[in-house]
Amino acid sequence: MHFDFSLLTTELSMFILGLATFVLGLVVPSRSRRGIGAFALFGLLAVLGLTVLNWDQQGVLLNGMYLVDRYAMFFKILCLSTAILVIFGSLRYVNEHLGNHFEYYSTIVFATLGMMVIASAGDFISLYLGIELMTISFIILVAFRSQDGKSLEAGIKYLLQAGLSSAVILYGFSLIYAATGTIVILEVAHATLQGQASPLLIAGMVMLVAGLGFKVSAVPFHMWSPDVYEGAPTPVTAFLAVGSKAVSFAALLRLFVAGLAGVHQQWDILVAVLAALSMIIGNLVAIPQTNIKRLLAYSSIAQAGYLLVGLVTASPAGIKAVMFYSFLYVFATVGAFTVVAVVYNKIKSDEIADYAGLVQRAPLAAAVMLICLLSMAGIPPLAGFVGKFYLFSTVVSGYLWLVYLGLIMSMISVYYYLRVVLVMFRDDPKDPAPIEMGSAANITLIITMVATIFLGIYPNPLSEVANSAAISFFLK
Amino acid sequence: MDNVYSLLAFVLLAGMILGSALLVVTLRNLVHSVLWLIVMFIGVAGTFLLLNADFVAAVQVLVYAGAVCIMLVFGVMLVQRPNMEHSNPINWRFKLAAPLVGGLFIVIGLLTAKSQLVVSGQEVPAQTVQALAPILLNDFVIPFEVAAILLTVALTGALLLVKEVKANGNGS
Repeated sequence: MHFDFSLLTTELSMFILGLATFVLGLVVPSRSRRGIGAFALFGLLAVLGLTVLNWDQQGVLLNGMYLVDRYAMFFKILCLSTAILVIFGSLRYVNEHLGNHFEYYSTIVFATLGMMVIASAGDFISLYLGIELMTISFIILVAFRSQDGKSLEAGIKYLLQAGLSSAVILYGFSLIYAATGTIVILEVAHATLQGQASPLLIAGMVMLVAGLGFKVSAVPFHMWSPDVYEGAPTPVTAFLAVGSKAVSFAALLRLFVAGLAGVHQQWDILVAVLAALSMIIGNLVAIPQTNIKRLLAYSSIAQAGYLLVGLVTASPAGIKAVMFYSFLYVFATVGAFTVVAVVYNKIKSDEIADYAGLVQRAPLAAAVMLICLLSMAGIPPLAGFVGKFYLFSTVVSGYLWLVYLGLIMSMISVYYYLRVVLVMFRDDPKDPAPIEMGSAANITLIITMVATIFLGIYPNPLSEVANSAAISFFLK
Repeated sequence: MDNVYSLLAFVLLAGMILGSALLVVTLRNLVHSVLWLIVMFIGVAGTFLLLNADFVAAVQVLVYAGAVCIMLVFGVMLVQRPNMEHSNPINWRFKLAAPLVGGLFIVIGLLTAKSQLVVSGQEVPAQTVQALAPILLNDFVIPFEVAAILLTVALTGALLLVKEVKANGNGS
């Protein structure tokens, strides 16, 4: 049997990097372990370079069980960029609040590897194991501050959520297997396109919507996310909010648009209702929040709703919109959470009221927060506007009510985003001492801000890349 | 089901599995729950035997009924508590959960009855073990390796979290 290892370059190098980070952490003396973060960071940068170089390398391994197409490559690059930004922006936070644990970095690398497996998985078993690898790494990361009761509570809640959603996903897989007799997604696609829409397949499909709904924290499967987002260490929250959500969308697209395309009639309204509920609940419940991490958690539930809109039509345009939006969501979210982390470093609080006068204490942090929040709200000329435009333009014909709902809810979201901005810019600080952030965090903030503005003004390059990736998705 | 005996065996095993699973979640004493969990796992192994999956049945007994349950008992033993009477707290929200789960069960049962299951039609091989290695190391090599990484991460993570708690307890 021919097995082309070169298609697995990214995964293999991530695996080696993860092990190397771990072993290096074991052998170096504890006082020089600060360098482990930098080691992991440069390793991830190298893997990112390798992945970008291999962009044209496409292929199918093991008869469709592992798909290396541009679509998967796109999500791998997205996850790597997120991991790099998260590690780079929070080197100091990690040293101060999590101790110099090398396991933190190796676990982040392995979580990223799990995300890559999800992005490339062509069958249910690889997909499930990728989800588990990512989830178990995240359980460890969420509970990392084990001296802190909130972090442990978040860890337990995430563990229960992960167990429940895995069980539901597996049940869905088993029902689909019983109905089609195959676990390979592309063969499921063949079976469903030939009109084998048995009731059992529909039941399995509903299970998958529910199970992956937990992963993307769509309403009504969102209950865990505010508590977990609040309790987890802030860099982990950023990674969870971006990486985990984006690859869960990658899995949703692969399963529904590729695998269950034949029963599109049965799932489109279900996904549309979930999208509508997530937009409504996420945005309305975000209004009374006083903790910035909980506010961002509810806003990320609303963002899941926007992203689900791209799924409804099962079209290349929808896939492209989801990919585009999740990539710019990386910068907006990582930027906002990095600000939260650096501010927490100084004032030890996540309350919005304590952000009073942030513009006088840390002008860059306040500016980045402003840009990121406005981008999430979808204000032109920032990237979020273009992303929402792509997402909602896919459903204009057929689901016009969803477009109106999205517009109204975006307007509501401006209210609570601007409330944070108002506190930062208008109120006087309690303590005018400037917040020193460290150059790594500064550079991360500048990168996220520039990317958010640039992608809003000139979205063409990313849009074309997402386009070619979406087309590769349909060639199979 | 081929004949009435295997049908009878299936019904008995299903009753055993469901009954012991219910006891696992409703009993107040955690040790009793673990004992019923062993019964449940053996029942599942029995259904595997009915399906001619002898190797999987043996693994089920060895790993789940044996190793996993012993680890659970060790976990119970190492957590200090005055007595075992209320060690398995249960939330009696049956009024909400029972109709929900029952309804779901009925819906899936009806859907299953309505749809045609895909049956492979192949004979079960006489030796079920030999075929496993090529499957694991050829067709399923990527999931197999991912599972290995997953176990490594889970192990180091569990050690990390437990070690931290201990250091903390000594410090304060």
